[in-house]
Amino acid sequence: MSSRIALALCVLLLAVAPFTLSPFRLGLLAKYLCFAIVAVGIALAWGQGGMLVLGQGVFFGLGGYAMGMYLKLSEAGSAGLPDFMVWSGVEELPALWKPFANPVFALAAVVLVPGLVAFLLGLLVFRQRVRGAYFAILSQALAAAFVILLVGRQGITGGTNGLTNFSRFFQLDLTDPNGQRAVYAIAAVVLGLVYLVARLVIRGRFGRLLVAVRDGEDRVRFLGYDPAVVKTVTFTMSAVMAGLAGALFVPIVGIISPALLGIVPSLELLVGVAVGGRFVLAGAIGGAILVNYAKTAFSEDFAEGWLYLQGGLFVLVLVFAPKGLAGLVTGARERLAARVRKERVA
Amino acid sequence: MRSRLLKALTLSLTLPVVLVAGCVSEPGTGASPGVGGDGIKVGVLHSLSGTMAISEVTVKDAELLAIEELNASGGVLGKKLVPVTEDGASDWPTFAEKAQKLISQDKVATVFGGWTSASRKAMLPVFERNKALLWYPVQYEGLESSPYIFYTGATTNQQIVPALDYLAAQGKKKLFLVGSDYVFPRTANKIIKAYAAAKGIEVLGEEYTPLGHTEYGTLVNKLVDAKPDAVFNTLNGDSNVAFFKQLRSAGITAAGTPVVSVSVAEEEVKGIGPDNVAGHLVAWNYYQTTRTPANDTFVKAFKAKYGVDKVTSDPMEAGYNAVKLWAAAVTKAGSTDVEAVKKAAGGIAIDAPEGTTTIDGGNQHVSKTARIGVVEPDGQIKEVWSSGAPITPDPYLKGYDWASGLAP
Amino acid sequence: MEALANQLPIGLSIAAVLLLIALGLTFTFGQMGVINMAHGEFIMAGAYTAYLLQGWAGEQSFLLALPVAFAVAGLLGLLLEWALIRRFYGRPLDTLLLTWGVSLILQQLARDLFGAPNVQATAPGWLTGGIDLMGVRMPYNRLFILGLAVVCVVGVWWYLAKSPQGRRMRAVVQDRELAAYSGIATGRVDRFTFLLGSGLAGVAGVALTLVGPVGPGLGTFYIVDAFLVVVAGGLGQLRGAVIAAVALGMLNSFLEFWSDASLAKVLVFVVVIAFLQVRPQGMFVLRGRSLV
Repeated sequence: MSSRIALALCVLLLAVAPFTLSPFRLGLLAKYLCFAIVAVGIALAWGQGGMLVLGQGVFFGLGGYAMGMYLKLSEAGSAGLPDFMVWSGVEELPALWKPFANPVFALAAVVLVPGLVAFLLGLLVFRQRVRGAYFAILSQALAAAFVILLVGRQGITGGTNGLTNFSRFFQLDLTDPNGQRAVYAIAAVVLGLVYLVARLVIRGRFGRLLVAVRDGEDRVRFLGYDPAVVKTVTFTMSAVMAGLAGALFVPIVGIISPALLGIVPSLELLVGVAVGGRFVLAGAIGGAILVNYAKTAFSEDFAEGWLYLQGGLFVLVLVFAPKGLAGLVTGARERLAARVRKERVA
Repeated sequence: MRSRLLKALTLSLTLPVVLVAGCVSEPGTGASPGVGGDGIKVGVLHSLSGTMAISEVTVKDAELLAIEELNASGGVLGKKLVPVTEDGASDWPTFAEKAQKLISQDKVATVFGGWTSASRKAMLPVFERNKALLWYPVQYEGLESSPYIFYTGATTNQQIVPALDYLAAQGKKKLFLVGSDYVFPRTANKIIKAYAAAKGIEVLGEEYTPLGHTEYGTLVNKLVDAKPDAVFNTLNGDSNVAFFKQLRSAGITAAGTPVVSVSVAEEEVKGIGPDNVAGHLVAWNYYQTTRTPANDTFVKAFKAKYGVDKVTSDPMEAGYNAVKLWAAAVTKAGSTDVEAVKKAAGGIAIDAPEGTTTIDGGNQHVSKTARIGVVEPDGQIKEVWSSGAPITPDPYLKGYDWASGLAP
Repeated sequence: MEALANQLPIGLSIAAVLLLIALGLTFTFGQMGVINMAHGEFIMAGAYTAYLLQGWAGEQSFLLALPVAFAVAGLLGLLLEWALIRRFYGRPLDTLLLTWGVSLILQQLARDLFGAPNVQATAPGWLTGGIDLMGVRMPYNRLFILGLAVVCVVGVWWYLAKSPQGRRMRAVVQDRELAAYSGIATGRVDRFTFLLGSGLAGVAGVALTLVGPVGPGLGTFYIVDAFLVVVAGGLGQLRGAVIAAVALGMLNSFLEFWSDASLAKVLVFVVVIAFLQVRPQGMFVLRGRSLV
């Protein structure tokens, strides 16, 4: 019963936020929610599936660029070119960009492009039984390669600058506080949906299979399942979630650029999940929000300390609470329950 | 059940913190931005952490020095300036976020900040949307003129074009272009190629390396095989160290093939090692050795505040000027109101360390004297050529026939 | 043709740098399953050691810097292993995150100690300049790095093949439990491996001052490439690391010659991913009895 009240309370908090926070703070909260959406995917792949995904920035970026390209085109109008192409000397809209003028195509691409890339990559990698550290390093190398590619093709991608300067998101005016509230609401709803989907997956048969693959891949194979398929599907799901988050990030923060997608930002996405607890979805969500909030708060007051804190947080959590804050809460609850039982017996 | 409880617990722990933090720290609003009871708040927004901190911290220091000097002489409009420093963390979205924070939460009168083009492009919509002012203190690729940004660093016709003129006058007919892979080098090289095509100069090669690249063996080989008369270098940051070290060990000398750099200043020379870069050329508007009375005071004050081993450089001087120019405009307007300051700014001139610089009311850039310098073995830069008088800013290169195809 | 002949030594010298860095990594990775992201910061520690020694003893201190940097970085590694990593056996992926956290702290520490800008490390006079070998330019500093890599490889080979300590180490790599049952103090062997691996990173750091920047971000420039060498070469395999480093070095230098630096880097990643499709465990696989 108490958990329901608590759940209602936090839904309520998310619901009143638009009316109590200044537009600036609300924007920040919306940004944290985006990272929380990525965190759900990471908790699924890493916590449940044991795949250390160090290249989630790639999928975040694919979703973000798909959305950014559409918004850029809808602002440039039917004839105009996006501003960065003009100063990069591109005279005609590249073929890659043309379909993104269509909102339906762009929205589909937000989900399908990251999903497809992850699916193909997963199929290749997992079928060959590349796993553990090898997979982690490969996914990291992928993030590095992706960023270099984006930066190097400035005429098509906007280079290091990325895509910026958006004022509209479909019918919403992003310069208006009400438009910003609406975007925040969308992010909150998407987070809720992603959380529900992940929960269904984990509670179902597939979820148990996934945990089994994590704990003993060969045993699962001997039982007649194909671990590669299980892993590929999970990896794809986590990529789609990252893509959705990237797409939402664009109207919320107003920019998508390679600086968000490389090795370090991809690793930073993991910090929140590790701190909150990778084995529990809610822990991952809370951790992502908490860590990103801490980052903002710290950089406002003492910027140089943030790296110490971020590094220290990682070390402390991994040494003393490998299951994260959620693990600490569970542990405390279990100890409490044990004591209660003991008292009853006595 | 358990996970739901945990979600509830973690979220309900976090959110109140966020909510409260948001509510508490909203200051009251005044008629003029930044003007509080006893002072005027101004934002200083540079990367204090991450890869760009190397360069940007020095600019922040120079801006804070200018603010301190203004305060020592009675402040602006009789009020002290109160700097609010924020960290852009070498991350463009963070720049946009912190700019928004300075404007809507701290309600600063103006912001001094940015270094990379990417950080400026990320902040531009924020300032235009909020009708707030940004003073951007670094040389850049031009082709921009936002009504809410003042550009106190050089645009292309005050740095790159004079450098090309200088090379052409020296009889350099064959150029090799080396740059980091981002917007400034690519745009700069576009301009260089247009110039070269019009003036009969041959561009033998154009090479880009990723930011932070440190392996220049292959590139140096290509350069050696091409046998250019001079190299035009738009590499950024750490890459310069690797490039110059490896160039030197391949036997390229400044006497045979000089390298002209537009992103290497006094601070970078220290890291590269003066031995490795001595004799090569740089193009800026200001050097620590520039001889003006204002510069003597500036260098002396800077060393007194930050240490005798510190050097001053062009972007630092441009940041220092930005603060002084803004203060002059506010004094003339009699208010910190953005539109009033913008209106008052045109034609305002100060005696800067680089000489007289004047704000161009039309494009909000400033006039600057172009200077070519040669790196000395002691790490200082000696001026070998100067334009003599300040050059009027022309961000879209409208005054140059050969550049007609470049600007939109 | 002359140009291609010129690319060969460049490729070799890239390989030498990669190898110096990867040598330490491949053993900590192979023996202990530790993915040490802080390895780059041990390189940085080595480079700063060279810089500090130069401040005290002038540029002739360069050779002295090699053993001192080995000791400094080695002790840092030892400290890391003793304080943190030994708690993490059986959780290899967690060590990756743990050491990344450590690397962030070390980077910021370097920034606070030495300042954010690059510091100036001057190469000794006898390493400036170069020779022409049949029309091919060979700078002395690159020759030196090449020589240093060869010396390190031979040293490590001798250590593994001939010394008792090295044999114990190989035994632990092949089968940790069996080694423990045979009376080998695996904990002590681990610590020693970490000391050795980190020390080699320090040596690499000194060598890198000849060709690159010395600053707080130094380690981050090389770490991913070095991991690719380790992954492509196979865990804990000396010959794998050597071949992979040479292959990636050559690939880098020729791809960059034909295209540009950005594309070359991307293509190298693609080649490694493709290669792992063929050999998921790298070039040389240690045959063991375990299934996993």
